[in-house]
Amino acid sequence: MRGWGVFASGGVAVVLLAVLATQTVANDYLFFAAFVVLQFVVLATAWNILGGYCGYVNFGTGAFVALGAYTAVALHKFADLPLPLLVTAGAAMGGVLGAAVGLLTLRLRGIYFAIATLAVTIILETAVLNWDYVGGARGITVDRPHADALFGTYNRMLVVFMAAMAVVAVAIARWVGHSAFGRSLSAIRDSEDAAEACGVPTLKRKVQAAALSGAMMGAAGAPLPLYLNFVDHTSAFGLNYAVSALAMPMIGGTGHWIGPVIGALLLGTAQQAVTVTISSEINVLVTGLLLIGFVVAAPRGILGWLKR
Amino acid sequence: MDFELLLDALLAGVLLGGFYAALSLGLAIAFGLLDVPHIAHPAFVLVGAYGAILVQGKFGIDPVLAGLLLAVPFYFFGTAVYRFYHTTFESRGSDAGLRGLAFFFGVAFVVEVLLILAFGIDQRGVRAPYIGRALEIGELRLPWRMVVASAVALVVAGAMMLWLSRTYIGRAVQAVAQDTQALALMGADPVRVKRIAFGVATASVALSGALLVVVGPVEPNMARIYIGKVFAIVVLAGLGSVSGTVLAAVLLGIAESLMLSSPAASWTPAVAFGLLLAVLAFRPQGLFGR
Repeated sequence: MRGWGVFASGGVAVVLLAVLATQTVANDYLFFAAFVVLQFVVLATAWNILGGYCGYVNFGTGAFVALGAYTAVALHKFADLPLPLLVTAGAAMGGVLGAAVGLLTLRLRGIYFAIATLAVTIILETAVLNWDYVGGARGITVDRPHADALFGTYNRMLVVFMAAMAVVAVAIARWVGHSAFGRSLSAIRDSEDAAEACGVPTLKRKVQAAALSGAMMGAAGAPLPLYLNFVDHTSAFGLNYAVSALAMPMIGGTGHWIGPVIGALLLGTAQQAVTVTISSEINVLVTGLLLIGFVVAAPRGILGWLKR
Repeated sequence: MDFELLLDALLAGVLLGGFYAALSLGLAIAFGLLDVPHIAHPAFVLVGAYGAILVQGKFGIDPVLAGLLLAVPFYFFGTAVYRFYHTTFESRGSDAGLRGLAFFFGVAFVVEVLLILAFGIDQRGVRAPYIGRALEIGELRLPWRMVVASAVALVVAGAMMLWLSRTYIGRAVQAVAQDTQALALMGADPVRVKRIAFGVATASVALSGALLVVVGPVEPNMARIYIGKVFAIVVLAGLGSVSGTVLAAVLLGIAESLMLSSPAASWTPAVAFGLLLAVLAFRPQGLFGR
């Protein structure tokens, strides 16, 4: 329990730091970068619950993000619901999608689940293109207030909100890692047959992990249209989400909750720097090369180096 | 829908299916028989397509011939990729599947960006006397480029089937797919067999790429669209069956073609993936599976 005390103080400190920044930092671009990096902390952490703990690769992070984003867009347009409700709805939809894909394909070998998540991405994108209510192929502008009483601008408020979400996501991952649920996921990753023989209900645990991971991704996607003011299918379904959410845990280390956080902070910051200073193509290239490099040469990620 | 339109759509679908078969045959071996999670297959096809463009630009020869020439370097490239994949992932066990998938995903990504950096994001095409003309049979117009692609695909499929069933090494490939350990006990080296098979699969990819650019201009981010289609076909076929791959490809071609000529045409991209999800859910061993 002492560990949780330290962790909780750390989490509170992160959120307070974000609040402090809204009062002192003037450069709005820094907030944009912070929003993106914090969103990646949530996504990488979510990916790691199924990918790192359980060993099933999800290529469809973009689909879950977009599902959360478009759920928020639809509800915002329909009833102008408050932000926490939008995020909850995004999480619910992401969870349902995760459970559904999981039920369909997690009985099979891992590669089928991976391919199915690619399939889901294209199917959802086609659905969005054909759904005029949320803008179809043109995209949609989201009306939301520009000022915020507490934090100056609405976007600054969203950064604080995202910081809080990141803390919650990491807390969930930490809890999963320590719980019996997390241990059964590790058992499945190491040997599915052995886990089943020891009485772990493997399919049920895998579907639960897929639902939890999907819900966190959906929640992370919900604030996106509000932050950008606008969303279309290319920004929501971006392949960069899929490859980054996978690369970050691989770079940081997949076995422990801190791995994806390290990966997301390092790679996310590097991506922002490279995109601004060089070009977005090089950014993607760097992400891909880092992914390959770590997968080949450092399978345990940065955590593996530290522990040695 | 009247009869003539339906016939038109069916024929177009068969041709489209032949083209899809051309794209999928290499994967039927690499993933279907050898169990390599080759997510980068469509990216390699695209490399073949740009290779054909380059070769034609340099020597001015027919793109399909260029694909045949490229098959030789692609074979050695394939054996090198497999050698690397085997020593880095396959022989290490436990979480190799996860990291192998991530590896090929990263490779696909890097290939795409390198193609953008090398060729730009504009569409590129090739020239050939049969591109832009159509074979006219009565009222029907069949574009020659699709006819060529389907015909070459059938030849490649036939050659693959003969290779797998008649040659010593081809039978060894089938044996390694069935039981690696038994093959090792017979004194054969399963890793060598798989290396050769992956080389052959990659060699066929050069030809697939040439056909891809014969059918239409290519652009670097095209591979994404085809990932779902080729995996849908290979899984639908039942892993590793060459004739099944052709049948499944034709099935998908017809389904997409019918969808295209229906009022719901804008949903066509989802057909392959919907089919794939349905197969995974209800018949994971494939339609023509072993």
